[in-house]
Amino acid sequence: MAEKVLQIRDLHVTFDTPLGPLEAVRGVDIEVEAGELLGVVGESGSGKSVSFLATMGLLPTRARVTGSAILAGEELIGASPKKMRDVRGRLLSMIFQDPLSALNPVHRIGDQISEMLRSHQDLTHRESGKRAIELLDIVGIPQPADRARQYPHEFSGGMRQRVVIAIAIANNPKVLIADEPTTALDVTVQAQILEVIERVQARFGTAVVLITHDLGVIARVADRVNVMYAGRNVEQGPINSVFDHPSHPYTRGLLASLPRAGKQRLKPITGFPPNMLQPPRGCAFHPRCEFAAEICRGDLPELRQVDDLQSACVRAKELPRIGIFV
Amino acid sequence: MTTQLLKVTNLVKNFELRLNNGARRRKRIVQAVTNVSFAVEKGQTLGLVGESGSGKTTVGRCILRLIEPTSGTVEFEGEDLGSLKFEEMRALRRKMQIVFQDPFASLDPKMTVGASISEPLTVQNVPGDHTDKVIELLELVGLAADHAQRYPHEFSGGQRQRIGVARALALNPALIVLDEPVSALDVSIQAGVVNLFEDLQQRLGMSYIFIAHDLSVIRHIADRVAVMYLGKIVEIGDQQDVYEKPSHPYTKALLSAVPVPDPKSERARQRIMLEGDVPSPVNPPSGCRFRTRCWKAQDVCAQEEPVLLQRASGQFSACHFPET
Ligand SMILES: Nc1ncnc2c1ncn2[C@@H]1O[C@H](COP(=O)(O)OP(=O)(O)OP(=O)(O)O)[C@@H](O)[C@H]1O
Ligand SMILES: Nc1ncnc2c1ncn2[C@@H]1O[C@H](COP(=O)(O)OP(=O)(O)OP(=O)(O)O)[C@@H](O)[C@H]1O
Ligand code: SF4
Ligand code: SF4
Ligand SMILES: [Mg+2]
Ligand SMILES: [Mg+2]
Repeated sequence: MAEKVLQIRDLHVTFDTPLGPLEAVRGVDIEVEAGELLGVVGESGSGKSVSFLATMGLLPTRARVTGSAILAGEELIGASPKKMRDVRGRLLSMIFQDPLSALNPVHRIGDQISEMLRSHQDLTHRESGKRAIELLDIVGIPQPADRARQYPHEFSGGMRQRVVIAIAIANNPKVLIADEPTTALDVTVQAQILEVIERVQARFGTAVVLITHDLGVIARVADRVNVMYAGRNVEQGPINSVFDHPSHPYTRGLLASLPRAGKQRLKPITGFPPNMLQPPRGCAFHPRCEFAAEICRGDLPELRQVDDLQSACVRAKELPRIGIFV
Repeated sequence: MTTQLLKVTNLVKNFELRLNNGARRRKRIVQAVTNVSFAVEKGQTLGLVGESGSGKTTVGRCILRLIEPTSGTVEFEGEDLGSLKFEEMRALRRKMQIVFQDPFASLDPKMTVGASISEPLTVQNVPGDHTDKVIELLELVGLAADHAQRYPHEFSGGQRQRIGVARALALNPALIVLDEPVSALDVSIQAGVVNLFEDLQQRLGMSYIFIAHDLSVIRHIADRVAVMYLGKIVEIGDQQDVYEKPSHPYTKALLSAVPVPDPKSERARQRIMLEGDVPSPVNPPSGCRFRTRCWKAQDVCAQEEPVLLQRASGQFSACHFPET
C-alpha cells in the first residue's frame, strides 16, 4: 500500500447563512497517496473547494469545521493559526483559478518567491534569490533571471500561473492542491500548465490534488479520481476504472453527458443540482437518478468497496455493468 | 439546396484605447477583428472558436450592430445592414437575436420571467396581450407555464439559460448568435441545453452562430467551423474537414491540446505543445499573426500575410505551409 500523505476523515463544514445553516461538506473522506495525482471532480457547489480550504485552514472563522485532516502525522483541523501558517507553504500549498489574486502587484516576482523561501528556510537573500531563479526555470519561464526582476502585470495569465506554481512548490511541500488552475486559461496554455504540474510532481515527488470540472483534464493527468456530489464523496478509484466502469450513477451520468466525436444526441442528467440548504434525504442524487429506489431515501450512503472502486451508491452492486458508451 | 442567410465581408473592428501616461496621452488601436469574411446558410450552425481575445464576441456584436464595425459589410437576407436607416434596422433586428454566456447577468432580477420574455415583443410594439406567447415559449424551452410569475433568482443556471433562450425566440428570429451559451453551466446541465438548441433548430429552422471555447461542443453542434486567431479567421470549412484534417497549424495545435475524457487515448496521444501566449492585438505580428508560436514559421511568414485558400481537403486556411 502506498503511503498516505494526507488523510481527510469525516470532514464537515457548515456556514451560517441568512437563510439558515448550510452544510457544504457533509462527511468527506479523502486520502492522498505520496507522489500521486488525485483528480477531484464534481458539480459546482459540491464542496470541492470548501473541503480543501478547510484542510488549509483558509475558511472564514464563522465556518464551523469538524472532522480530521492528518498531514504527515499532524492534525490540521482545529490547529492554531500559528501552526497553520507554518504548515502552509512548507507541507501543503494551494493554488487557485485566478493567479493574479495570489500575487502582490507591487513586489517583483523574484522577491515574492524569495520571501516564501525565507519564511520557511534559513537562507540568505543571495541564496533565496538564486533559488527563486531556479524555480522560475523549473516552471518554464524563459530568461528567468530577467523575469525575476519584473512585476506581475508584466506577465501573461499563463506565465502568472507558472509563477504561482513556483511559489507554491518553493519549499517542496508534500501536497500541492490545485483548485481549477487552468480554468481561466486558453486550451493551448492550459496544456502547458498541466505539463508544468506533471513535471513538478515527477521531479519532486509532490502529491497533487487537482480540482477541476473538466473530465478531459482528469483523464489526461490523474492517477486516481474522487467524485463529489452535494458535499459527499460518491465515488473514488483508479482513473481507468472510474472512466471505464463507473460504479455510481452520477459519475455514469456525467461521463455519458459529454459530447464525443460523432453526432449522437447528448444524454443530459435530468433535473437540477440540489439546494444545499435542504439537500435531499439519503442519497442526495436520488431525485435525478434513474436507478433510485426506496432504499436510496433512507440513510446517507457511505463509500463501500465495489470491485476496484469505492462507491456511495447503495445499489452499486445491482447496477447493470454496462459500458456507458453503448 | 441551402440558401444564404448572412454574409459577412471583410469585417474590421478596431477599438481605440486612450492611455493616460502622466502628461503623455497615447492612442493605441486594438485590432480586435481584421478582414473577417464568412457566410451562414439558412437552418445551419456556424461554430466560432479561438482563444480568449481572438475577436469572437466582437464579430457577433458587429453582426447585430450592437457595435458599429470599423469597415466591411454585413448582409442579412441580401440587405446590406450598413445602408439601412435607423427604423429599417430596428425592424430587421427582430430577426437577429443574441444569447450571452452568463445566465445570471442577462436577466433583470426585478422583472418576472414572463415580463423578461415578453419584453422584446413590447419593445417591438407587437400588439396584443402576450400571455399565450410567453407560455408557448416557456414550454418550447422545457419550462412550465407557471414559471412566468416567478423571478430569476428562483431558477438554476440551466433554467435561467433556458429563459434567456425563450426571450431570444420571442420574435421568431432567423439568426441567433449564441455567445458561450453553456460555458457557465454545470457539465451535467450543458448537454440538456445543447439538445434544446438542436431541437429548436429542427423545429423552427433558424441559423446559429455558436461561439464557444469548448471544441467538443462545437464539433457536436456545428455544420461549419471558423477558427479565429488574433482577430482573423485562420481556417474555415465543414466541421468534419476541420476536425479530421485540420489544415492550419494553429487548428492542429488547438485540437491536439483539447483534453478528451478517455484516459487511454489521452495518454497515447501525440500532443503539439505551443510555446508562449497569444501576442497583443494592439501590436499583432507582421505577416502571419500566428508566426510567433508556429513551429513551421519561415521568413516568408513574417513578410507576407497568408490568404485564405481552399485546400484539397475541402476547407479554407490561411497559411504558407498548410498541413493539408
Ligand atoms: N464563505 C461561504 N459562505 C457561505 N457559503 C459558502 C461559502 N463558501 C462556499 N459556500 C457554499 O458551500 C458550497 C460548496 O462550495 P464550494 O466552493 O466548495 O463548491 P465547489 O465544489 O468548489 O464548486 P465550483 O465547482 O463551483 O468551484 C456551495 O453551496 C457554496 O455556496
Ligand atoms: N469595448 C472594447 N474596447 C477595447 N477593446 C475591446 C473592447 N471589446 C473588446 N476589446 C478587445 O478586442 C479583442 C477581442 O475581444 P473579444 O471579446 O471579441 O474576444 P473573444 O474572442 O470573444 O474572447 P473571449 O473568448 O475571452 O470571450 C480583445 O483584445 C479585447 O480586449
Ligand atoms: S443510492 Fe440510489 S439514488 Fe443514489 S445513486 Fe445509487 S441508486 Fe441512485
Ligand atoms: S503562415 Fe507560416 S507562421 Fe503562419 S501558420 Fe503557416 S507556417 Fe505557421
Ligand atoms: Mg470550487
Ligand atoms: Mg467572447
